[in-house]
Amino acid sequence: MTSEPTPQTLIPAPQLQISPEKLTSARSESEPSAVRLFLNSRGSSGLADQGFAALMLLCACSIFAIVGFIFVILVLRSRLSLAQFGSHFFTHTGWDPVSGDFGAFPFIYGTLVSSLLALLIAVPLALGVAIFITELCPRRLKAPISFLTELLAAIPSVVYGLWAVFVLVPIMRDQLGPFLVKYLGWTHLFEGANFGVGLLTASIILAIMILPIISSLTRDIMQAVPNSQREAVLALGATRWEMIRIGVLRNSRIGIVGAVMLGLGRALGETMAVTMVIGNHPEVPHSLFAPGYTLASVIANEFSEATGDLYLSALIEIGLALFLVTIVVNAIARLMVWAVTRGAPARIS
Amino acid sequence: MTSASVTNTTPATPQRPPLRHSRSNGMRRSFMDAFVVGLATLATLLVIAPLVAILGYLLYKGASSLNLAFFTHIPAPVGEPGGGMANSIVGSGIVLLLASFMGVPVGIAAGVYLAEFGRGKALAAAVRFTADVLNGVPSIVMGISVYALVVLKQKHFSALAGGIALAIMMVPTITRTTEEMLLIVPNAVREAALGLGVPKWRTALSISLRTASPGIITGCMLAFARVAGETAPLLFTAFGNQFWNFHLNEPIAALPLQIFIYAISPYDEWHRLAWAGALVLILLIMVSVTLVRIFAGRGILKGNS
Repeated sequence: MTSEPTPQTLIPAPQLQISPEKLTSARSESEPSAVRLFLNSRGSSGLADQGFAALMLLCACSIFAIVGFIFVILVLRSRLSLAQFGSHFFTHTGWDPVSGDFGAFPFIYGTLVSSLLALLIAVPLALGVAIFITELCPRRLKAPISFLTELLAAIPSVVYGLWAVFVLVPIMRDQLGPFLVKYLGWTHLFEGANFGVGLLTASIILAIMILPIISSLTRDIMQAVPNSQREAVLALGATRWEMIRIGVLRNSRIGIVGAVMLGLGRALGETMAVTMVIGNHPEVPHSLFAPGYTLASVIANEFSEATGDLYLSALIEIGLALFLVTIVVNAIARLMVWAVTRGAPARIS
Repeated sequence: MTSASVTNTTPATPQRPPLRHSRSNGMRRSFMDAFVVGLATLATLLVIAPLVAILGYLLYKGASSLNLAFFTHIPAPVGEPGGGMANSIVGSGIVLLLASFMGVPVGIAAGVYLAEFGRGKALAAAVRFTADVLNGVPSIVMGISVYALVVLKQKHFSALAGGIALAIMMVPTITRTTEEMLLIVPNAVREAALGLGVPKWRTALSISLRTASPGIITGCMLAFARVAGETAPLLFTAFGNQFWNFHLNEPIAALPLQIFIYAISPYDEWHRLAWAGALVLILLIMVSVTLVRIFAGRGILKGNS
């Protein structure tokens, strides 16, 4: 037992002088040891420990409480609409608050089409970025490029929307739109008047927004692939691309699918930027230029002016649907990502 | 060649491609390699392009419309030039402060539970999973839930409701980063403290948390930066306000909300203010994120956020 206290000891050392006999005797007899006596003299830490653990547990469980509470309150508040429309609510087309006719199909359609289109644009690009950063990029460029893509994730949704309204919409209207009609008009996807706002514009801004999430997750997943895999493939005489394809992509495909689904979850619930450029028209659009509406943007637009209980509860039911869908998509995606990265949390979340 | 043909008896030959093809095959392979490398590089450039475009345009538009009045005046009525977003900046500050007061302690405590008490427990795994899933719930859903709980009860919009909505969004992020950072703290440090007779709660607070604090602060700042730009949860909770308000029980202005309202308005003057607001907002967020990176890089433990 040292008698001079080191600067950082929390317990004054002199009090800890215990003779070996005392320790052995404490074990043989029933009387408490000197250490125990000393600890007891400092107050019961057992109670404090239990209290602290209970408090931490309570906070941890508050996360369950939040999810449960959101679900319960959404169900309670959408009772009216649930009872009135039942399952038809999601297959019915028609949104007329004045006559009390509510069907969410146009919103579901708009949400799905814009999100899937966004994935179609974003996934190849995100994969390319992830491959570039993990496998190809010179060491010096690695950190700046990762940092730039993370900055892209830090830009708030409303700023993307602002940029989209004043920059992307004119580009869509004057340059990209006519270009698409000219070269891809035969697909009949680009028909009708092109106002600049519409499904396609919303998909492009969504793609820009989900890109950093997918690419940084994919990057993490690809980095989790052990180097021995790469070396083994290279040793067999593979080119770099073959090494990436066989050694890296094949090993991380589950995680990549998970990352894509996390991006999908984000796209489904994205509100502000989409609301600002999708055109907000409650009909099923027949062209990618046509204005549409999504689940999130109808809530953002109409919630504060919803008059009447049925209108409000229909909007809350849309929120409930959005909640459940994103929970399911996210749960599946997290499980897939976890399977690869072994529970390491996502960087950008 | 002769020895190869001797050893390779008939069953093996069809499986191996003839040697003369290998040159064109090799060319195809190296072409494919170069092609994919080119594609990946192109993709990276394509991704960085919008970032540069957005930031550049924002700087150009924002800086040209930013002036002192922006920071000192409240919004002018329609048609009148001038005006600023002083009340929105202060309002955002109040709402964010409220959110941090509620969200940060709960988030950190939940992280402490996961890393210090719940290792290997099924309950901890469930909490972790729920936190990750909650992270993906759209912010607008948080907005309407808090509306349904707080605003409908109070019968009016309030800064408090906005703070609650943002706090809920902060909790899962902070929980997960806290846990991740605490897991990096070596077990030997904990054992040393426990071996000296320090109670477990004290070990968790003054040893583990303290060692991991740079990383945890990083996590909190990232969560803060993330909710600072959120508009959707504030639409039906804080609601926005054209005037000064310091009461937590009344509708309050917030920077992202004001940007949204001005961006979709038909007035040029308001568009100008929206750009200025966006620039201020993004500068605030980026400065905090960049500071955090520097800070975390210098910390005791390198936080890898």
